[in-house]
Amino acid sequence: MAQTQETRAVNTAQPIRAKRRISRKAITAWLFVLPILLLFLVVVIGPSFAAVYYSFTDWSGIGPAEWVGTANFRKLLFEDMSFRKAFGNNVIWMAIFLIVPVALALLAAGVLAPVKRGGMAFRAAIFIPYILPTVIVAQVWRYLLSPTQGVGAALANVGILGFDKAFLGQSSTALYAIAFVNNWQWWGFLMVLFLAAMQNIPHDLYEAARLDGASAWQEFRFVTIPGIMPTLVFMLLMTAIWSFLIFDYVYILTQGGPAGSSEVLGTLLYKNAFNRFEAGYASALGLTMSFFAGVIICIYIALRRREAE
Amino acid sequence: MAVQITTPRHRSLRSSLVPNYLVLIFLTFFALAPIVILCFNSLKSSSEVGRNPLGPPQAIQWQNYPRAWEQGGFAVTTRNSLVLVVGTVAGVLLLGGSAAYSLARLRLPGGSALMLLLLVISTVPLQLFLVPLFFLWKNFGLLNTHLGLILIYIATNAPFAIFLLRSYMVQLPADFEDAARVDGADELQVFWKVVLPLSWPGFLTVGLVVALGVWNEFFLATIFISKPDLFPVATSYYKFTTRFSRDWALTSAAAVMMIAPVLLMFLVLQRRFIDGLTQGGMKG
Repeated sequence: MAQTQETRAVNTAQPIRAKRRISRKAITAWLFVLPILLLFLVVVIGPSFAAVYYSFTDWSGIGPAEWVGTANFRKLLFEDMSFRKAFGNNVIWMAIFLIVPVALALLAAGVLAPVKRGGMAFRAAIFIPYILPTVIVAQVWRYLLSPTQGVGAALANVGILGFDKAFLGQSSTALYAIAFVNNWQWWGFLMVLFLAAMQNIPHDLYEAARLDGASAWQEFRFVTIPGIMPTLVFMLLMTAIWSFLIFDYVYILTQGGPAGSSEVLGTLLYKNAFNRFEAGYASALGLTMSFFAGVIICIYIALRRREAE
Repeated sequence: MAVQITTPRHRSLRSSLVPNYLVLIFLTFFALAPIVILCFNSLKSSSEVGRNPLGPPQAIQWQNYPRAWEQGGFAVTTRNSLVLVVGTVAGVLLLGGSAAYSLARLRLPGGSALMLLLLVISTVPLQLFLVPLFFLWKNFGLLNTHLGLILIYIATNAPFAIFLLRSYMVQLPADFEDAARVDGADELQVFWKVVLPLSWPGFLTVGLVVALGVWNEFFLATIFISKPDLFPVATSYYKFTTRFSRDWALTSAAAVMMIAPVLLMFLVLQRRFIDGLTQGGMKG
């Protein structure tokens, strides 16, 4: 009896010890992740769920929040004209950014890819605007786009008229002027990404195209573009998502003005939350912006799935 | 025969690169001319900026710099920015690095679920959680504190850092770690004494990208810090340009002071910067 108990103890001791060792290992592994998980919980996850709740309330940021159902969303979609204007501006912004910097970056990367001597220097120089702070870029271009001191004024001095306008100050051009400034900073970054993708295209493909007598344009169209397609599509997706979230340049350059002409969802959210203390309504706005971003991600995933099939 | 055919071909290819260089020179000019003009203006007198808005300075005015340093309160704002940069970089490397170590090396149970969570967190827009976070920080007494802003910066930068550091640590050979464990080191010692020193290039890349992001950051700093003596350089510079909006020479000098350290670091560590930033491209 005593013997069998002993042997049983011996038999079971091994797996128990092994299991205990595994679980201790698991606990150690989790301890290494725990601090950052807690921080995510407090900064991102908790407030995100809170935002969903508050978007159905009339919360002012201080004091209790009263449940108002879908009133915020109804106001947003059917009453708030500034929301409609801002949303339209975000769509214009997206259209600009899906075309202009992408075209410029493709051109630059295509031209730079075959260059060996000095290629790295050109890459670095064109990348530099991307590392500058928004406030500085905004200030530099506020100067260069000013009608009295900037490029337009200099052109007017030598007799080329028509560019000495207050591009940031008139409602017909403000949004486009801001987009131009943001573009100036952004396209070099895209160029570096496209260039890296182009340099990964196997050289044989170009040799084959040349043997078939392809022109430079045909090479670009039928070898380069398909070769960088994954990068291109991914960056178009990121651009589309990010177009709904822009804030910095609009806030710094025009604050959404003049007369709301360059208002975007980001600045509208800021004004509702921190100037008018409509925290519930601002949460609904934030949720709506995230919804647009989410829809674009879903479209991307659906497209990829269809491609895979 | 084949060599003869290919050699002239190569030569003709090289000569056809002239238009490429022309386009590149034009694009480089477009990218750099505004920065050069900024530097020019920082050395002019106010009246010369009016007379000569784009050209090089005729009479160099070095005193714009001490004047901008003084008027812009750079002594204080630089220190504030450095506190934010150092605090965030240290936090991201420590918390993100240990999470990456666990994911890469400790066979974390539920690791793939955690990776998915990280992906979701890195795509959640700031605007979604911003408003409740602001009022939460207000209740915690973290508004208008550097610590409060650092905590947010760590959380928003960590997903990118964990992805990058994890992919770096996965490639490391396990021999050193095993040897340390045989010698009786616990996991914390292995992380601290073996993995950290071995993966320093990854840490350096992440550190540079995060430092650049924090130094340049404007949106969160505007919202969470409203006391002028706590301003980092970016928000302080913005207030400065609205106060001295007509004095282009002065604001240009201040701008050059803000970007000089960034440009210097970039020129020295160019490749590491570009690689790190393009890998973190998802940040948008």
